[in-house]
Amino acid sequence: MAVSPRALEVAGSPRVGYLGRLYEWWEQEHVFGYGLIMPAFLLIACLVAYPFGMAIYFSLSDYWVGSPGSFVGLGNFREILGNEVFRQTVWNSFVFTAIALTCKAVLGVWLALLLARNLRGKRLLRGAILLPWVIPTALSTLVWVWMFDSLYSVVNWTAIRLGLMTAPGPNWLGMASYAMAAVITVNVWRGLPFFAIIVLAGLVSIPREFYEAAEVDGASSFGRFRYVTLPLLKPVLAVVLLFSTIFTFNDFNIVYVLTRGGPVNTTHLFATLAYQTGLAGGNLGQGAAISLFMLPLLGLVVFLQLRYIRRE
Amino acid sequence: MITGVRSPGARRRSIAFGYANLVPFVFFALFPFYFMVITSFKSNAELYSLKSVPLWIQNGAIIDHYTYLFGRTEFLVWIKNSLIISIVSTSVSLVISVLAGYSLARLRFRGVGSFGTAVFITYLVPPTLLFLPLSQVVNWLGIADTIWALIVTYPTFLVPFSTWLLMGYFRTIPREIEECALVDGASRMQTLLRIALPIAIPGIICVILFSFTLTWNEFIYALTFVSKTANKTAIVGVTADLIRGDIYYWGSLMAGAVLASVPVVAGYVFFLDYYVSGLTAGAVKG
Repeated sequence: MAVSPRALEVAGSPRVGYLGRLYEWWEQEHVFGYGLIMPAFLLIACLVAYPFGMAIYFSLSDYWVGSPGSFVGLGNFREILGNEVFRQTVWNSFVFTAIALTCKAVLGVWLALLLARNLRGKRLLRGAILLPWVIPTALSTLVWVWMFDSLYSVVNWTAIRLGLMTAPGPNWLGMASYAMAAVITVNVWRGLPFFAIIVLAGLVSIPREFYEAAEVDGASSFGRFRYVTLPLLKPVLAVVLLFSTIFTFNDFNIVYVLTRGGPVNTTHLFATLAYQTGLAGGNLGQGAAISLFMLPLLGLVVFLQLRYIRRE
Repeated sequence: MITGVRSPGARRRSIAFGYANLVPFVFFALFPFYFMVITSFKSNAELYSLKSVPLWIQNGAIIDHYTYLFGRTEFLVWIKNSLIISIVSTSVSLVISVLAGYSLARLRFRGVGSFGTAVFITYLVPPTLLFLPLSQVVNWLGIADTIWALIVTYPTFLVPFSTWLLMGYFRTIPREIEECALVDGASRMQTLLRIALPIAIPGIICVILFSFTLTWNEFIYALTFVSKTANKTAIVGVTADLIRGDIYYWGSLMAGAVLASVPVVAGYVFFLDYYVSGLTAGAVKG
């Protein structure tokens, strides 16, 4: 666009000399474009791309906190794969992600369908439902630690009074399968609002006529859900599932606060194990190698997202 | 949602059905907060008695846990740290993202598509992948163990997210308006600041709200990069420093959790609609 210099002349403010040339140079669309993007580019290059490269370098070297080590090739990865705790973590991560994601998807769609009804106090209801997603996770998880306390658990207390459990009830955070259930519960509690609100936005955008047409054709309410809602919701569901896969798989806060990966590593996820190995244990090389195991899944999700966007 | 030709009775049943099914969800969502608040007002004697009913306060509410927090811990310092960190990194990220978002959404130059993709990929990179190398970067920069470690690193997840959100808002502005301004002799920067920016105000409010919440709530970097008590954020301070040894003092812990949640909840209550629209735009446009 060569409009602006001419416009300037018309406006009667001709710029001359060095400053004028600089101004004209800066006003070119591509120069201005690159200029504006430069701060973000530098930030991403220095504090995301470069550390990412470092993570790869760490994972290939014998690097401990305070002592840069030598190159060891795939030694760290070999060592990790032979490690019982790591294999347990891989298993934990998949179990955790699969169950939590399924719960969030099913309950999220159900909750969104309920919230989409024209009920009084709709706004208040949505506000209440979204709250767990807003409050700092580390702090809200802290109250769950207290609710799952081995001695004073309010969950057990209530369940025993209601006759659902026999006293004293399970030691939630102290026993393997219960601890995993607790971690999943808290993750679902926190992630459900995100699911529901986004699915709700998708639901609202479905034209009413479709339902009316289906009703005229004699579709039952389940039929309307199955043949109108679900197909039209598919794109939104795909996006939210992909997002949630990343969030869930990389969860750190909940596990760290609730169980620290215990009891005996049965709730460790990649992030918490990487933290324990790399920082608490000081073995940065292995820690980085552990966190890089998340990469293939992340890559797959990014790939699917990008493909999906191109199709849009 | 789906209202065909139905009898009033059927409609009433449907409404009752809706509420009845929402009750468990609302209870599930809110009970932990209720429990957090009542715990913070209970006396220790009541908290640690197997005979008391945990569901409400029996022996009178006390504020000792709160006075303990203010008098005997560095809680106020943590709050101050969190405020400084959140405000500075949110502002810096906002400026960077407005520039980048406008450029990516509005200007045509070579490589604009790849930049957009790069921002999106960065948006998906979780902090858990980068905290180990970043802890070393922070060391080399000489800012480890200070609040600067967090001010510098938080934009790494704020900028991609904010840029992505703002791109969506800038795209909705008709190109003609900007071209008019350019023809009238405005410089490109003036066009951005005086024409595009005011139209994108809702997006900017969204970005501020989300960035503030994300930085205030951030945990893994704050836990990893800062270990000096006086430099901790509110979230890490409460989670890590109120637990002495292995002992959890639930009264003061919950009092800290309640107070440290106040800023986010306040923003949330006043700007609920922005939250919902930002959440939807950030994820669905992505």
